Amino acid sequence: MYDVYKIREDFPILQEVLNGKPVAFLDTAASAQKPLAVLQKMRDIYTQSYANPHRGSYHFAEAITIEYEKARQTVQKFINAAIDKEIVFTRNATESINLVAATWGWQNLKAGDEVLISEAEHHANLVPWQNICEVTGAKLKVFAVSDDGDFVADNFEKALSNNTKLVAVTAMSNVLGTIFPVKDIIKKAHGVGAVALVDACQFAPHYPIDVQDWDCDFVAFSGHKIYGPTGIGVLYGKAEILQSMPPYQFGGDMIDNVTFEKTTFADIPARFEAGTAASVQAIGMAESMRYMQNIGFDNLIAHEKKLVDYTLSRLPEVPNLKIIGTAQNRGGVFSFDVKGIHPQDLAFVLNKENVAVRTGHHCAQPIVNRMGYTSLARASLGLYSTKEDIDALVNALLKAEKFFRES
Amino acid sequence: MDLDELIDNFAFLDGWEEKYQYVIDLGRRLEPLDDKYKTDEWKVKGCQSQVWLVPQFENGKLHFKGDSDAILVKGIIAIVFTIYNDKSAEEIKNVDVAKIFATLGLEENLTPSRRNGMMSMVAKIKEYAGAA
Repeated sequence: MYDVYKIREDFPILQEVLNGKPVAFLDTAASAQKPLAVLQKMRDIYTQSYANPHRGSYHFAEAITIEYEKARQTVQKFINAAIDKEIVFTRNATESINLVAATWGWQNLKAGDEVLISEAEHHANLVPWQNICEVTGAKLKVFAVSDDGDFVADNFEKALSNNTKLVAVTAMSNVLGTIFPVKDIIKKAHGVGAVALVDACQFAPHYPIDVQDWDCDFVAFSGHKIYGPTGIGVLYGKAEILQSMPPYQFGGDMIDNVTFEKTTFADIPARFEAGTAASVQAIGMAESMRYMQNIGFDNLIAHEKKLVDYTLSRLPEVPNLKIIGTAQNRGGVFSFDVKGIHPQDLAFVLNKENVAVRTGHHCAQPIVNRMGYTSLARASLGLYSTKEDIDALVNALLKAEKFFRES
Repeated sequence: MDLDELIDNFAFLDGWEEKYQYVIDLGRRLEPLDDKYKTDEWKVKGCQSQVWLVPQFENGKLHFKGDSDAILVKGIIAIVFTIYNDKSAEEIKNVDVAKIFATLGLEENLTPSRRNGMMSMVAKIKEYAGAA
């Protein structure tokens, strides 16, 4: 039995009361709140065993090195990677993707090559490719989604060719909520000899990732979206591909041997982790993964599915509201427009009612524009979201609609 | 309407609903901006909604016209214009806009968040005043 009210007790911020009222936090897709277990784990490290990992040989340094490398193994198991060396710690998914673009892309792309992405990508899985294509002379190609925001296999397959060197797609759209069939996409990408990267930022907080089952070459996601701390992210890469890539940044901890004449570089993953690591953040993220696994993905999925259905049934009660992104296979991200009311105006009233939603272009301008808007409001769910949060959203939207209609 | 009258009017209003109904009302009465100015050239960057601001220089004073696609922002523009319009560059420099918004009970509009373009708008007005 999934006791969401008990789970909410693990999140101190959800107990906050503003102007005498609780807050309906519906912006988990932007960043998730953190359970006490994560905060306590990070505090324990800082208060009991903090030092710079991989350097000193005294107790604290060894203790944190062990914890840091254990965190890597936790990530490995979380996404079912074959070996822990395939896990590179980064700042966030944006850095993970930039790393691949700057190293793999720089080394492998040339004029005549193509990078294929979907129309629904976050800027983090678009702009790095645009940039490396500009530098190398490769071409950025985009395949369209349907008008309801769904993946269209035909569009993808037509855009795929023998020139495609890399396919980079989201596993779940941060605007449309659409879940992309990444396993099929990867298989077809491999069919033309392309490498496949999955942006799992929105997928990772809601569904289990199995990189071996997907057979993907790269996966990127952020710690802060899976109830972990900010400043830490993951790049998964198949070992043989990571091994073929040059370093991304240069400095401490990524070297083998340094002289003024020449430097040789460390093995993976250290080669890609220059400088002092965000060790406590990595350990905190591992704790958030354990937290999710303790709840269990089956339970989490069942809870969120019920809430997705509930949200889809209630939002249409708001006059003139249109949900943008109505694919069959979708997760708990709802972008919407209320005709005649600017999302920023909407968000103002929602904020007054203690309902936290995101507004704007969601760092995905092309898909927001393609759906016919410059700005949208977005509500998104997390493992602590409740029916009451959705009720608060609908009530606040009804109030906003009335406020602007009558004014 | 001058600033004193605006302050008096706001003093009569209770709660955010009444205050912002009035803000919307002020937006509705904003001097219209010709569509030909609604281009990137006149757009204020750093606003989540679209905001246009067009300066005119007359007899050493600045007169602004503007618009937004968000109704509350449009009202805020009307208030900003009441504060800054038909002033010299020197007078514009000396305005304490934070204090005025606090007096009106609209201080929440002064947050540095990207959500709200109020500060970008004021910065742009000062930029135009500096160039005048």
